[in-house]
Amino acid sequence: MKSSGNFFHLLRQAASRNYSLFFIDMFLSERTHVYIIHSKIPADSSACDKIIKDRAMIEGIFVEGLIYGIMVLGVFITFRILDFPDLTVDGSFPLGAAIMASLIISGYNVFFALAAAFLGGVAAGVVTAVIHNRLKVPNLLAGILTMTMLWSVNIRIMGNRANLPLLKNETILTDIVSWTEGIIPSDYTILVFFFLVAMAIKFSMDLFFRTDMGLTLGALGNNEQMVISQGVNINLMKAIGVGLSNGLVAVSGAFAAQYQGFADVGLGTGIVVTGLASVMIGEFIFTSNKIVVLTFRVIIGSIIYKAIMYLGRYYGYHIGLTPNDLKLLAGLLIIACLMIAQGKKRNYFRRWKNDQA
Amino acid sequence: MIRLENITKVFNQGTVNENTALRGINLRVKEGDFITIVGSNGAGKTTLFNTISGSFQPTTGDIFFNDKNVTRMPEYKRAQYLGRIFQDPLLGTASNMSLEDNMMICYKKGFKGLKISLNSKMRERFREELKALDMGLEARMEYNVQLFSGGQRQALTLLMTVLSHPDLILLDEHTAALDPKNAALILELTDKFIIDKKLTAMMITHNMSHAIKYGNRILMMHKGEIILDISGEEKKNLTVEGLVKKFYNVKHEELTNDELLMSHE
Repeated sequence: MKSSGNFFHLLRQAASRNYSLFFIDMFLSERTHVYIIHSKIPADSSACDKIIKDRAMIEGIFVEGLIYGIMVLGVFITFRILDFPDLTVDGSFPLGAAIMASLIISGYNVFFALAAAFLGGVAAGVVTAVIHNRLKVPNLLAGILTMTMLWSVNIRIMGNRANLPLLKNETILTDIVSWTEGIIPSDYTILVFFFLVAMAIKFSMDLFFRTDMGLTLGALGNNEQMVISQGVNINLMKAIGVGLSNGLVAVSGAFAAQYQGFADVGLGTGIVVTGLASVMIGEFIFTSNKIVVLTFRVIIGSIIYKAIMYLGRYYGYHIGLTPNDLKLLAGLLIIACLMIAQGKKRNYFRRWKNDQA
Repeated sequence: MIRLENITKVFNQGTVNENTALRGINLRVKEGDFITIVGSNGAGKTTLFNTISGSFQPTTGDIFFNDKNVTRMPEYKRAQYLGRIFQDPLLGTASNMSLEDNMMICYKKGFKGLKISLNSKMRERFREELKALDMGLEARMEYNVQLFSGGQRQALTLLMTVLSHPDLILLDEHTAALDPKNAALILELTDKFIIDKKLTAMMITHNMSHAIKYGNRILMMHKGEIILDISGEEKKNLTVEGLVKKFYNVKHEELTNDELLMSHE
């Protein structure tokens, strides 16, 4: 981890200047160096520990669940609605983060930066769709190609650096915190903000999938021939769908960068798995054919996923799990979901219930 | 209205697997025609449909829709003029979407914008149209299509195709995957819709008596050629025996395809 020295430096700085806990949380959130950090913070470590645990746990689960929920909505569009397994996501998530961070640092308006991140994601998705459509490459390979290319693009965007800290800059989050000061307790500002953002995105997505174009996208994943028969250019439709999906993923990446306080080129590793696991967990909650319910389920799934990961992170410590094991945990979670889903199909559970009766 | 000129289709050209599926097809489909197409397996019936709909391009020859050359037009653009129903009932509808969503998608051909067209007025209209099928589907508009039987789905596909009022409907053995009762029902509906709504259609069938009973014109295909084209009074008085005899007169070989002979009732 090339950049970690930099983090610790900043963390020490943050601790010494008595920055709010929010900034400390951010170090604990995704690419956590939790255990290392604890040993590195000199002052008042045990009290800090307790507060961090309680706060980061509850707030972190919801805030991250909502931030990543935006990404999961994107993954849901490709994997479930379009039936287009799109791995671009691993690249477009850090792309959003990189665009956001570098534009903020260059002094652009934060909302302009967010819009740019969205458009960057859309462009990445369109590239994948075009590779798939024009060169007749399987969609998985097209996604991997774009994802790989994005690695270099992201480093370029961040000015030939693997990571860009945002601690000293004003982000949307610091703006929101300062605007709402005195209205909402600052502890909850971030949570409320992300709740509103996720819901706004969810509802506009619901609306979109009820339009004629949205319905057609829904049919595309199910029955391409039918969509062709309706005189619709499926290549264009795929580009729109995959573009939209990656746009959402990039927005999620942009928020993640601001929440964590840095953009990193490795931010996207395993994002697809996170997204897919969240979608699958959501699918256990309830079944429906209403898009309103489906998108809601996706966000709930994302929060539950984050909760599981937090549990793994905090209590896994006791059974010797380290943050490095979390990706393994994520993979196993998906396998477990698949096994349960298959079991459901075979009616194992119903048989078991019948036996009980 | 629709004109095929000297259409040839060769698969795997220049290889050992070279296979000529269509040999110099010339066909003129007039408005209001209901053409039935019979022929043994490999006669080129489905290849003919694929060429008309643009699934692939012919090796030689030109296709005209309303005097416009559409030979190089991509399939999705050509679909504006066509309605196609496949043998597989699953191909006409999107299973994991509700009946009303399916009907909405098929209501209008061409690019779909960001308008929300599915409102209560539209639902009422769909409900009225669904009554024509007499299957009770009008009460199940919010159900996913995958819950319906193959017959119901095919009837739905038929209805949706008819509602979009295409210039030409291609029916590719659309009752072959159904049980006899449903098949008869769908055929009756097809006939009714085509006559009532004054549509133009081409129907591939393996059943000679169906081919004779329905439509105003019959084509018989053999080894990539149209060998018989019967319409008008002659078609009305045609019998299965008569058709077999005509085939013999043209080709001077026995019509040996058992399936063709046995499938008339």
